[in-house]
Amino acid sequence: MEKTRVSRRAFTKGLALGLGAAAVPAGAAAFDWEAFLQKRFREMSEEEVARTIRRLERDAARRWKKEIRISAAKAMPGVVFGYGLDLSKCIGCRRCVYACVEENNQSRNPQVQWISVLRFRKDEKWSDLEGAERYYEPPAVPEPGFFYLPVGCQLCEKSPCIKVCPTGATWREPDGIVVVDYNWCIGCRYCMAACPFGARRFNWAEPTIPEGEVNPDTHYLGNRPRPKGVVEKCTLCIHRVRAGRYPACVEACPVGARKFGNLLDPGSEIRYLLDHKRVFRLKEDLNTRPKFFYFFSA
Amino acid sequence: MSTMATTERPPTMVSVFLAAAWRVFKGDLRYYGWLAVLLALIGLGVSRYVTQLERGLITTAMRDQVSWGFYIANFTFLVGIAAAAVLLVIPAYLYQFKPIREIVLFGEMVAITAVVMCSLFIMVDLGQPARFWHLLPVIGVMNFPSSLFIWDMFALSGYLVINAILVLYALWRLSTGKEYRLAFIFPLIVLSIPWAVSIHTITAFLYNGLPSRPFWNASILAPRFLASAFCSGPALMLIVLQVIRRFSAVEIENKALFKIAELVAYTMGVNFLLLTAEIFKEFYSGSVHMAPLEYLYFGLGEHGRLVPWIWEATAFNLIAFLIFLVPRLRERLLFLNVGAVLIVLGVYVEKGVGLIVPGFIPDTLGEIYEYWPTPSEGIIAAGIWAAGALLFTLMVKFTVPIYTGEIRAGRARVAEPSDRTPGALAASDAETGRT
Repeated sequence: MEKTRVSRRAFTKGLALGLGAAAVPAGAAAFDWEAFLQKRFREMSEEEVARTIRRLERDAARRWKKEIRISAAKAMPGVVFGYGLDLSKCIGCRRCVYACVEENNQSRNPQVQWISVLRFRKDEKWSDLEGAERYYEPPAVPEPGFFYLPVGCQLCEKSPCIKVCPTGATWREPDGIVVVDYNWCIGCRYCMAACPFGARRFNWAEPTIPEGEVNPDTHYLGNRPRPKGVVEKCTLCIHRVRAGRYPACVEACPVGARKFGNLLDPGSEIRYLLDHKRVFRLKEDLNTRPKFFYFFSA
Repeated sequence: MSTMATTERPPTMVSVFLAAAWRVFKGDLRYYGWLAVLLALIGLGVSRYVTQLERGLITTAMRDQVSWGFYIANFTFLVGIAAAAVLLVIPAYLYQFKPIREIVLFGEMVAITAVVMCSLFIMVDLGQPARFWHLLPVIGVMNFPSSLFIWDMFALSGYLVINAILVLYALWRLSTGKEYRLAFIFPLIVLSIPWAVSIHTITAFLYNGLPSRPFWNASILAPRFLASAFCSGPALMLIVLQVIRRFSAVEIENKALFKIAELVAYTMGVNFLLLTAEIFKEFYSGSVHMAPLEYLYFGLGEHGRLVPWIWEATAFNLIAFLIFLVPRLRERLLFLNVGAVLIVLGVYVEKGVGLIVPGFIPDTLGEIYEYWPTPSEGIIAAGIWAAGALLFTLMVKFTVPIYTGEIRAGRARVAEPSDRTPGALAASDAETGRT
């Protein structure tokens, strides 16, 4: 059994909660008080963050039989991320979906995917998303007569998900990334009801990842392995983009349909796109002001 | 007001409460049988819940597409039931209708039970229930005023406190054989009326404020919610009151029941009007936003799991409306009871699964996932209903002997059956009148 060190403050907090008996599952001698009493990420001091990460890394290593590194890298100053997607180019291959799953340690069973690729007939209405097909399985893509629209987190400026979260377990970082504190989320799924883009996923069961396939390069607010019973979502590969790299989906796209960059940098590709293409955003009538821009290059 | 403190004798009140508590464990075979059934259901529910805790909410039929289901549906319906108290309070205190005034106490206990059940349904729906302390003031983080979830927590717990105080006050006065001093609790009674309206409004706003779900994002949702709550709560009261009357010495006049039924007739009329407005708007304008309503009433393509249920509920509500509308029908207990049961069942479907599930169908990306609760969800829900029934039974069992004056302070512990003075509350009310 792991000996856990509980500070006096945390201990009295636990007593005050009066949850002692109720919270300890029968027979579970190793109830992790430190995890139970863990504060919200935003309220932690640097020192508490470091200590929490050490514990989480230790637990993750035991669970996944692999050394997992959890970063708490902060947003870079002067950076707000934006995303562009060229609907003329997308061929619906879903390589982005699977690259995302591997990069971000999504559960393989039950299957969790942050990106949904929707297929539409070219001669039918599509922009209300009502006739979308998510489960197309053709022998080859692209299929004649169809086009594809990948949807993930739309990086809303006025995020309905953040607004409704009762515990403030999800928020927008200074660089525009909407993150979830997996240790603070109570799993009420109000955010899932609120999200107009189906971007949020719930861990209905304990996530499973085949041994050896766990990506050890993780971020606290991103792709670190999640427990069951919490909500997760696209974070633009926060562990990569804060280290100056592209999100995995951008790199995986074989046709270059995915564009990414700093909206505050006039020389960035995303700014070029906004200046030179006619872009649109999904469900603009809802006024959530996404920073995920779709366009047709041809 | 000045007599308040002078005549009370706390030790005797305590002994009355103890005597009443002791009586909770005594009853005939039917009583023990009823408790055994409830305990068995609770046990089953708990065992299924333990499995759900271990395996996660995958034991339910909820998925990312339909992320709320049977639990939240029951929660929503029960918020409506909590209105029971207030529809009794209005005629009793604002219009001085004495026959109902005597039974408000039981309405308040139904409200308490319903709110407790609401919180249980929320708890079983959480993915991380041990973290519920994150929701609490001071030690947690309340996303207030932004999240309607927090508003609803305040509204429901406040309603619980108000009703608990009213019940405890009444019991205290009764146990010491003193008058029910209206002046003291009148402000609380008046407060409970807008408060009951607020629990429905805020619960409706919880869904209403989501533009991602056009089915809920209609401004008529909150009024509809209120109207149906004022149908189902009092209808349930009609049944509960007759059960109490049958199995205890409590006297409840038919006049009170008929007055409640009359009020239900009006609220049902309003409920139908609002439903019609909603249906007209959606189907006549015919935008894509009518898809959820179409799914509910007619099905979308081959998907129509809820269609027979909603029509059944509609038929139930219509029949009950007709029964309650005609005085000669609603004033015959057989018809009254049939009508009350039909309303409870009808609203249970309409304001339960019929309100929650279509909100997610089709989902925000146009996908249709047909939700139907798993046996596990059903058993856990049954366990919570049994827990509610148990709580209410015990509360009534505790209250009745105090209420009828069977046990009273100043007398030798438990009185003989012949000593009963039914309607003690009424008598003391008559003495004081309204202060």
